[in-house]
Amino acid sequence: MVSYILRRILVSILILIAASFIMYVLAANSGDPLMDLRASNAPNAEQLIAARVAALDLDVPPPLRWFLWLSGAAGCLVPFADMCNLGLTISNAQVTTILPTAMWSTVQLVSVSLVLAIILGVIVGIVTALRQYSGFDVSMTFVSFFLYSLPSFLVAVLLKEFIAIGFNNFLQVDPTLSALAVIGIGVIVGLIWQVLIGGNFRRRLVVFGVSGASTAALLAFLSATGWFLQPSLGPIGLLILILALAVGTVAILSGLSHRRSLIVAGINAAIAYVCYFALQGLFDISSLGTILILGLVAVAVGVGIGYIFGGNDRAQTMKVGGIVAFGSAALVLIDRFMQSWHTYISLPRIANRPIATVGSSTPGFNNDFWVTSIDSFTHLLLPTVSLLLISFAGYTRYARAGLLEVMNLDYIRTARAKGLPERTVIVRHAFRNMLIPIATLVAVDVGALLGGAVITEYVFAIPGMGQLFNASLQRVDLNPIMGYFLVIAILAIAFNFIADLAYAVLDPRVRVRA
Amino acid sequence: MTSLTPETVVETSQGVRGERQGKLILRRFVSNKLAMTCLVLYVLVVVFSVSAIGFGPIPGWWKHNYTSLNPQLNGGAATLSVVPEWLGGPGVTLGEHPFGQSRIGVDYFAMTMRGIQNSVLVMLIIGGIGTLVGTVVGAIAGYYRGWVDSALMRITDIFLVIPALVIGAVVGRTVGGLGVWVLATLLAFVAWMSIARLVRSEFLSLREREFVEAARVAGASDLRIIFKHILPNAIGVVIVSATLLAATAILLETALSFLGYGIRSPEVSLGRLISDNQSAFATRPWLYWWPALFIVGLALLVNFVGDGLRDAFDPRQKRFKRRKMREHVEQS
Repeated sequence: MVSYILRRILVSILILIAASFIMYVLAANSGDPLMDLRASNAPNAEQLIAARVAALDLDVPPPLRWFLWLSGAAGCLVPFADMCNLGLTISNAQVTTILPTAMWSTVQLVSVSLVLAIILGVIVGIVTALRQYSGFDVSMTFVSFFLYSLPSFLVAVLLKEFIAIGFNNFLQVDPTLSALAVIGIGVIVGLIWQVLIGGNFRRRLVVFGVSGASTAALLAFLSATGWFLQPSLGPIGLLILILALAVGTVAILSGLSHRRSLIVAGINAAIAYVCYFALQGLFDISSLGTILILGLVAVAVGVGIGYIFGGNDRAQTMKVGGIVAFGSAALVLIDRFMQSWHTYISLPRIANRPIATVGSSTPGFNNDFWVTSIDSFTHLLLPTVSLLLISFAGYTRYARAGLLEVMNLDYIRTARAKGLPERTVIVRHAFRNMLIPIATLVAVDVGALLGGAVITEYVFAIPGMGQLFNASLQRVDLNPIMGYFLVIAILAIAFNFIADLAYAVLDPRVRVRA
Repeated sequence: MTSLTPETVVETSQGVRGERQGKLILRRFVSNKLAMTCLVLYVLVVVFSVSAIGFGPIPGWWKHNYTSLNPQLNGGAATLSVVPEWLGGPGVTLGEHPFGQSRIGVDYFAMTMRGIQNSVLVMLIIGGIGTLVGTVVGAIAGYYRGWVDSALMRITDIFLVIPALVIGAVVGRTVGGLGVWVLATLLAFVAWMSIARLVRSEFLSLREREFVEAARVAGASDLRIIFKHILPNAIGVVIVSATLLAATAILLETALSFLGYGIRSPEVSLGRLISDNQSAFATRPWLYWWPALFIVGLALLVNFVGDGLRDAFDPRQKRFKRRKMREHVEQS
């Protein structure tokens, strides 16, 4: 395995170098970097041209200049030596100083949309496969084909014009839902639930009625109490949600008859609920690091409890414990964010129009961790959604096709024949094999997401790497283009690598060959 | 459940009679209503756009062209109306400028039609050349294996490291001014990688089959085996991925034009129409909606056709359906 990994890394580095050569020569020939100076009437234009030629080595032909660039970039491989030299931009700034600031928002954008797209896509894919040819399946097929055919710039512009401005108007003018909206959402939610639960007509009707009515009632209650301006889960809401999470996780993963899982989930839920009261003081003075550590501790405790009470089925209870602990910790966090929501939207600069359409944060914004996080959340929400929608379609299709393919295999028939409940067949037998094609898709999808980020950042004016690339290409500013290329190529290679490892974990046949 | 039996019966009985596979596939595709509707619609859109403003030597029936300026009428508003007079509308009429006018007064209907022509052209060129390059690379790599395979696949990997949009933007920045044909041809050379991979894996498994062995024993040359024996068996993969590549191509071109690296003025691209007019969204939404409708429409139609082709070539995914339906039949 180690030799396999080493070989892969070596090949990746060679590919990276070759690709950088192609990119360098193509980009260098894409236009004239002296264009602006040639057109200017400044009296010292000649000197400026000479200065730029000297600074950027423009008198060296591109294939040879690539070696100069490569020798500078090779310094980046030496750790802590500060020898990294990616060259200068046209305006004489070091690429190594502008890259890190631009990198953060793009990496954030791409990785969050990737993870969310995979999770949502796999869930929807499983549901559509299990309810094949139901109304939900057919409509999701249409939706995913539609999303396939939707260019990301269209999505971005539409989200900006409708969702952002619409939601802001809703919050600013009259934050209550009309009766029609409440009923409409209730009907839609009811329709989705009846497909998910399935069964005969009577059962579906009951599910539709109950879920639709309760959703509508909840929405009416939230609307009447001004929840959208001052949202919070509160102790009761949180208790209900945590319990629902615990019961739901157990029901899906191991079935409610599995007593040990139930015990583990219950203990984790109780701990989370107690922590909600105990930690509020700590939250007020928290930073990002504190939250991360708390999150890790939560997952560790969850898995640990699963281990202790696991008996002979530890893997299962540990999974349940980890998921319940993580989920309820997330709920507690969401509640804390909600507490800061009102502070955020009543700030004079926000003035009840929270969803931003430009930039990655409110400029010059300075507040505590929670409010700042909400600020970047409201800025990155729409760009993330517009990126996510496009790759979501792919994962839905792959997950659906994958599960359908697996459900036809003989070992699934065997599992059914020995009398296992359908839930066990799907969760324990089919699920893992279904993920194999998804792992291959991830590697391809990362490239598409990184390309999509160029457009999304352009539409939403986020000062990320995509914008850096776009602006630099317009001026034929070679060094920042190459800096951008290095980062995305390394990201693409890294995700490919992770996908390959995931492949090996999921599919034992691959492990043997490696 | 009546629809199930005749289809299956026809298929098997034809198979027994030894009908050619191509005919079977064609029949499967033609009987797919959704895919056929999409194919017909697609052809109609193309014919409509070509006949409306003409293409090259072909004259068009529409009175305006996509470059000349016209006096601004009614603030450039769209005059197309489908609400008849007896419903209180202005009647079913095209008017002077059915899709309105651009901000400088060019007829927007003509511009949109020209954009459709260019998009279709780009789609065909990228789909065609990309498929050709990808198939040849994949076929050679998969057939010869060994160092040829490793070398070709490493080259593929090199191109795959750079996202299509990024390398496309660089290429478009270089040659965007040289016209649609040149741009599309060069873009094809950055879009062949996925097809090469698919064709290679298909060749890797097909080359081990008995009929290839038989051809080799009979003394067929490598070229003959590749093109006469293996490729016809892999044609399903090629055609389906060519369609999907065509759908990706239109999105790539419009995205590049949106960023300003694609088709340049005075030529028209649907993507550039949108990027030119996105600031006018609130005041003149029709400048945004028409090109958007046709981009999504064309890509959607091609995607559905591709899906129909996939089902026709590889009906395996339908198995689950049959099994479920049989269960259903037995239950009722």
